[in-house]
Amino acid sequence: MKWKRFKGGLAATATAVAVLATLGPDAAMAEETQYFPIASSRVGPYSAMGTGYYGAQIDYMNYVNMNGGVNGVMLEWQECETEYNAVKTVECYQRLMEKDGQRILVFDTLGTPGAYAVINRMADDNVVLAQYGYGRTDAADGRVWPWVFNAASHYWSQIAVKMKFMAEQEGGIENMRGKKIVHLHIDSAYGREPLPAMRSIAEDWGVELVEISIPPPGLEQQSQWLQIRKERPDWVTFWGAGSGMNSTAMTNAARVGFPRDRMIYVTFGAAEEDMFPAGDAATGTYAMANALPGDQFPLVQAIKEQVYGGSKGNLAEESRIGTVYWNRGLGAAVTYIEALRIAQEMHDKVGQAVTGAEFRDGYESLVMDDARLKELGIEGMIAPFSISCENHEGAGKFAMMQWDGEKFEQVTDWEAPLDPTYIRQLVENSAAKFASENGITPRECS
Amino acid sequence: MKPSTVFMSYTRNDLTNFVILMGLGFAVVPFVVQTDYWYSSILIPWLCLSLAAVGQQIVMGYAGQLALGAAGFMAAGAFALFNLELRLPFMPFPFNLMISGLIAAFFGIIFGLPSLRVRGIYLMVATLAAQFFIIWMIDKFGWFKNYDTSGIITAQDIVIFGREFTSPFEMYLVVLVTVTVLTVLAINMTRGSTGRNWMAVRDMDIAAESMGISLLRTKLQAFAISAFFCGVAGALFAFTYLKSMEPVAFDIKLSFRILFMVILGGLGTINGAFIGAAFILLFPVVLNTLGNGVFHGMIDATIISSIELVVFGVLIIVFMIYEPLGMAKLWDSIKAKLAPQSTLEQAQEKQQRL
Repeated sequence: MKWKRFKGGLAATATAVAVLATLGPDAAMAEETQYFPIASSRVGPYSAMGTGYYGAQIDYMNYVNMNGGVNGVMLEWQECETEYNAVKTVECYQRLMEKDGQRILVFDTLGTPGAYAVINRMADDNVVLAQYGYGRTDAADGRVWPWVFNAASHYWSQIAVKMKFMAEQEGGIENMRGKKIVHLHIDSAYGREPLPAMRSIAEDWGVELVEISIPPPGLEQQSQWLQIRKERPDWVTFWGAGSGMNSTAMTNAARVGFPRDRMIYVTFGAAEEDMFPAGDAATGTYAMANALPGDQFPLVQAIKEQVYGGSKGNLAEESRIGTVYWNRGLGAAVTYIEALRIAQEMHDKVGQAVTGAEFRDGYESLVMDDARLKELGIEGMIAPFSISCENHEGAGKFAMMQWDGEKFEQVTDWEAPLDPTYIRQLVENSAAKFASENGITPRECS
Repeated sequence: MKPSTVFMSYTRNDLTNFVILMGLGFAVVPFVVQTDYWYSSILIPWLCLSLAAVGQQIVMGYAGQLALGAAGFMAAGAFALFNLELRLPFMPFPFNLMISGLIAAFFGIIFGLPSLRVRGIYLMVATLAAQFFIIWMIDKFGWFKNYDTSGIITAQDIVIFGREFTSPFEMYLVVLVTVTVLTVLAINMTRGSTGRNWMAVRDMDIAAESMGISLLRTKLQAFAISAFFCGVAGALFAFTYLKSMEPVAFDIKLSFRILFMVILGGLGTINGAFIGAAFILLFPVVLNTLGNGVFHGMIDATIISSIELVVFGVLIIVFMIYEPLGMAKLWDSIKAKLAPQSTLEQAQEKQQRL
């Protein structure tokens, strides 16, 4: 009896699906759509990052759709769970590649391991890899990496800005001589990424650099902190991933009595979700931002009102609107949609879907100056930037924040490294090495 | 507990199923499957991990040594192949592939040594050293990664006798041929005197030794061959699936997944390795596709992602309770129900087992 009923249900569903399927193409014909992949990481140690960042992207796409799309082109998306795992990211990349005959334009892994896993496929597949403040640094050289961007600034600029901040606190570069910095990092490519720039600046300034690594997932840091107690460094640059690892570092620092206002967190540990678990131990910790938190920005308010007001919000807790990861995801999503808009205009495709190559042109022509950011409603949330054929990094600027126990206080304005050309030189050298090893002829940017 | 309740005894199914499987792989799949997604994201990783699971099966299912660290040997194979291709580019790819397997086998022998002194869960702890040591070694010494600043290597293109194998379908063929050759070898070994020695050691090592089987030789042989399979699997996994990788890709989690493949698939059968790999690798993909496809927008995406993990975990527990011999046994029972054997055959089989 039950089986029969079940079969009946099945038949009904099948008919419904068939009806929907026949309706489908017509509906698609009626309006142009553009498909975006969401390679989210919602479970596991990195869930705070993934839910906030990708939640904001989905919220913004909903917001754009509610306001008539991009020149009438409606945004579509599909999600795939990567668990911040390189192997799964590859599978997700392949799975999300195509939907209803439309290929993806841009891929955003929110993680250096995932970015590295797919980075060599971009040129062949005509997909933009948008590393929004993470990933492979020398991709900032657009001549070698036409398809890869790190808008919202890369790790070498970030470490240079941190060292500039230290120098300011110590009263100038001349006072940095003989100081000791511990780079405490997760033992992965992501943790080691800033080292080439850091080593070279440290040598230049006469700073002693001690590198201490923590094996992933980084919840066990006692021996590393004992070592730090022995080394007695002046500063610690902490390069972790996941709320568990990030908060553990602060509680351990408190245990060995290392002052929190001598620790500078990387952008991927610089969120409310990383600070709260450590409780009072977190107070005073410095953290870097490439997108500032806060819900006072007009766009954030509009999303709150329209998207969450219409109960289409993606976050389970509405209170996370305006937090660091959510705002960063919003910054990334705004950049993509802006690139899409420019691509449509550049290629006479206003109101139509664009291809990966066209989108890439749009992304490379991004100009997000103060005026444009103000129009978009996020003035002050991200540093103004523009992208060019040569420079795929964007602003190269970061703001320092400090955790006061409840929220982040902005300490500095958007700061560039002391010597941006030097960082750029390092990037170009590294990119040139990669190009020569892999037989790539850098394209001409005139 | 008697060992016979954990390990499956030898059946002819290993061979017949494998022949059917490979027949499908060579003759049917190329004509049916057209999308790159299936080749590059489903079939290639499945075959690679199946091969690693065959390796784990040899040391665990046949020789009865509870070893953990397959991912370490996979890393050894992958980075060995990278360096061979980089430094000896004139050597043919299949040759380099075998050498990288042998390098992994060398590590297998070294880390198999504790098996002569400790067993069971203690051996598992001892073999964990392989996992951590190999990854640490690759991480520590820049030479293995050709001094790449970020510590990530990019696998070279596969070129066999001047022909490039770069499209997903071509790489699938490379993987399929390798897996076929090596699995046939594995099946042969398990059926021959080598396999009988392993099983003798597995079922009761003291009895085996008193019958003149050298424990040293048998155990180390199992470790070496197991590591060889894992090494080749790791090299293929890196060169056909990941393409660019860091050592962390071969972390302890992967070792555990391979262990689960063998346990879930069924200990002591080559079949089990393939079935287990399919389950562990593909089921989360199926769940995720279902979750995002069917329930898209209906339930909070974060909850869907978490439910997938719960469902997967529950299924593993259910399988282990319902069929401790693994999915290979389940498959056999289903087949037996669908096509009952004659009583004569059953009696013959029983006699064989006794």
